[in-house]
Amino acid sequence: MSFVAIFVPNFTFQAIVRCAPELRIEPVAVIEGQPPTYRVIAFNRLAEKLGVTRGMTKANAERFQQVQIRHRSKSLENSAHQALLDAAWSVSSRVEDAAPDTLLLDLSGLARLFGTQEEIAERILSRTSELGMDAHVAVSANVETARIVARALSGVTVVPDGQEARFLETLPVGMLSPSPELAEIFERWGVTTCMSLASLPVLSLSERVGQEGVHLATLASGKGNRPLVLAQSSDSFEEWFELDDAVDNLEPLSFLLGRLLQQLSVRVSRRALAIAAIHVTFELQTSFESTVLSARETLHRKPLPRTFSSTLNLPVPSQDTAALLKLLRLRLQAEPPGAPVQKIHMLAEPGRSRAAQTGLFLPASPDPQKLELTLARIAAVVGENNVGSPQMLDTHRPDAFHMQKFSVPPAAAPVREQHPETQTGFRVFRPALPAWVQLQGKIPIQVAFQGMPGKVVRASGPWRTSGDWWEDQPWQEDAWDLEIHFLSESPPAVGLYRVSYNARQEKWWVRGVYD
Amino acid sequence: MHSKSAALRLHVESALAGRIASPFRLARMESPCTVPAGIPVLDDITGGLPRGGLTELYGGPSSGKTSFLQSALAARTANSEVCALVDAQDSFDPACAETAGVSLDQLLWVRCKNLDHALRSVDVLLHGGGFGMVAMDLSDTPARLVRQIPLNVWFRLRRAVENTSTILLVLSRESNAKTCASLVLRLEKEAAAWSFRERSRPSRGFHTPACLLDGWTVATEVIRSSTRRRNLHFLNHSTTPGSDHKDLLRFELRTNRVPRDSSNEEPLLLWEKERTKDPG
Repeated sequence: MSFVAIFVPNFTFQAIVRCAPELRIEPVAVIEGQPPTYRVIAFNRLAEKLGVTRGMTKANAERFQQVQIRHRSKSLENSAHQALLDAAWSVSSRVEDAAPDTLLLDLSGLARLFGTQEEIAERILSRTSELGMDAHVAVSANVETARIVARALSGVTVVPDGQEARFLETLPVGMLSPSPELAEIFERWGVTTCMSLASLPVLSLSERVGQEGVHLATLASGKGNRPLVLAQSSDSFEEWFELDDAVDNLEPLSFLLGRLLQQLSVRVSRRALAIAAIHVTFELQTSFESTVLSARETLHRKPLPRTFSSTLNLPVPSQDTAALLKLLRLRLQAEPPGAPVQKIHMLAEPGRSRAAQTGLFLPASPDPQKLELTLARIAAVVGENNVGSPQMLDTHRPDAFHMQKFSVPPAAAPVREQHPETQTGFRVFRPALPAWVQLQGKIPIQVAFQGMPGKVVRASGPWRTSGDWWEDQPWQEDAWDLEIHFLSESPPAVGLYRVSYNARQEKWWVRGVYD
Repeated sequence: MHSKSAALRLHVESALAGRIASPFRLARMESPCTVPAGIPVLDDITGGLPRGGLTELYGGPSSGKTSFLQSALAARTANSEVCALVDAQDSFDPACAETAGVSLDQLLWVRCKNLDHALRSVDVLLHGGGFGMVAMDLSDTPARLVRQIPLNVWFRLRRAVENTSTILLVLSRESNAKTCASLVLRLEKEAAAWSFRERSRPSRGFHTPACLLDGWTVATEVIRSSTRRRNLHFLNHSTTPGSDHKDLLRFELRTNRVPRDSSNEEPLLLWEKERTKDPG
């Protein structure tokens, strides 16, 4: 049995840099606290070279012109931790969530899947690297030894079975994470390395520093194995991004959205899943004018929205980040947030990737992912409600239908019988055109609409329909099919029209033309 | 001189390598694949609607364009193909189309409000790909607006649909696509068939829904066809007398609401038939 420990050094800093990779090449200091007592809690090597130290005040850190100051973000750390868990779950289902920056994995039975311990450790390292984090990975038969070695040594370290003590002997006692009191005692005793702690007599140690000291000595000697406390696998894929300056332009916003989508896509794909839906929530920055206005007119107006949400449901789960970003852009172009964006929260709903077998002799149909993009582009032109598939309603009311979202039906739809005769087509005038009608013996003989007078050559009707009299919008009309000869046209035109008399409005309307 | 042109030719060929196989050789024109439009008399002569080409139908009101469109949509959807209809003036009647056999589940309907929306939507649909037929209905758009569409737009549409299995069908009042179209048909309404032509008083019985228009005859002229020139040649010999050498084909459109009476007698309504049958 062997275990892997994954440790992300300087986790607070790495969680921030993960969402802003451009900061990797700049000196960065991370601050935390209540204003005005901000203190530096993390920094990178470049900032350290310039003289930034832990506990330094924000004012002092700002004295270094090149140093980028960033606030600690719990949400970013949470996202980074979830991403780390996804990387771990992509390798083993038995994972202990030891700390935000530390995970422990059980490698039992994985040799057949992934190879040797070194290969597994390399795989984990590459996956954490894909997620934008530099991690230390250590493999050992002892779970605690793996954890300590991962904290101490960078890269991949494999501790051979039975040589745990030899690997630990040079490591400082601080790697065992003793309590501050115990660390002070060890310092006074001159116990600085794990080897010196492990060589102390257990009984004397117990008498002087209690069970904690004995436990640390056991760890320092490479013993004290324990079972893992397994974490529950989660299907929540969330990413956050906080902006120092609010963004009100779609171009930079889509750049950030693309970055978040990329991270989510990597996480989801590592779990052999795809993105089925995306929920984006923006925390908006209210302008000074709006704040004053809302404060002044609080009693008269609704409070301004502080967040903006949009949901993108996909017909089939997808891992295509470029297509998803285009869809999001089109959605935001159609429905802009309305205020500068201060914070972005993106939640991806996972789904199983589509597995479809196409046939050689089946007609081609649009690719569902491409079709979604096509529909979004058309919706941006004509409006979302004007594109889709018509569905007839269960009523006799003229022109009663509703539009539903179009999706590609199954490829192997049954071939239906063709109509033996060509059916007449009908074109609907939406809205119906008002008409003037002259009657003779209750039969129309003259009709005029759109400024065109016409003589009725043939007429059939009336065909009376009515309904919904039990609801708010009843209808009742007498429809006539008229063959109209328009003399004003050059050459004179003849058309077959459906003209109806609305008894409730007492008006004539042209419903459409047979064509 | 010869070496210079050879070098130039080599330079052009290397610059276009990977994009065009042989830039100095004429592309071989393949005969386009055609599919039936669902109107046998037209399909026999024109060969059907060409895939990867633009088909243009034009004619005035009641000329049968919409009937042709519905017939073509019914034929394509029956073949499990996905179709799109870009409706420039929002005049499509889904109830009528469903009656004509169009599977509405397989039809993407884009309801536009103007010509610009329609052209942009068609462009997006053609570049999206995968549709068996994309129809653009400009019948109700004022002819002067359709006339103003630059010819390069039609060329672009033709280029977009080329080398695909999509049929691009355009319905309009007048012919506009010119040489960009592989098939151009002009449709014209002829005599309409009515039941109760001599009826002098309105019906006392009401029927829901009902119609006494039996249908009408559509005369079709093949203006241009790049697929079946031979058949058109034969068609020239069978032109209708007095039609000024036009290639006219005729087919009938029928409403599905009134059953046709096979006899020469005037068709009767069902309730009147029943009444005449009953001597009591």
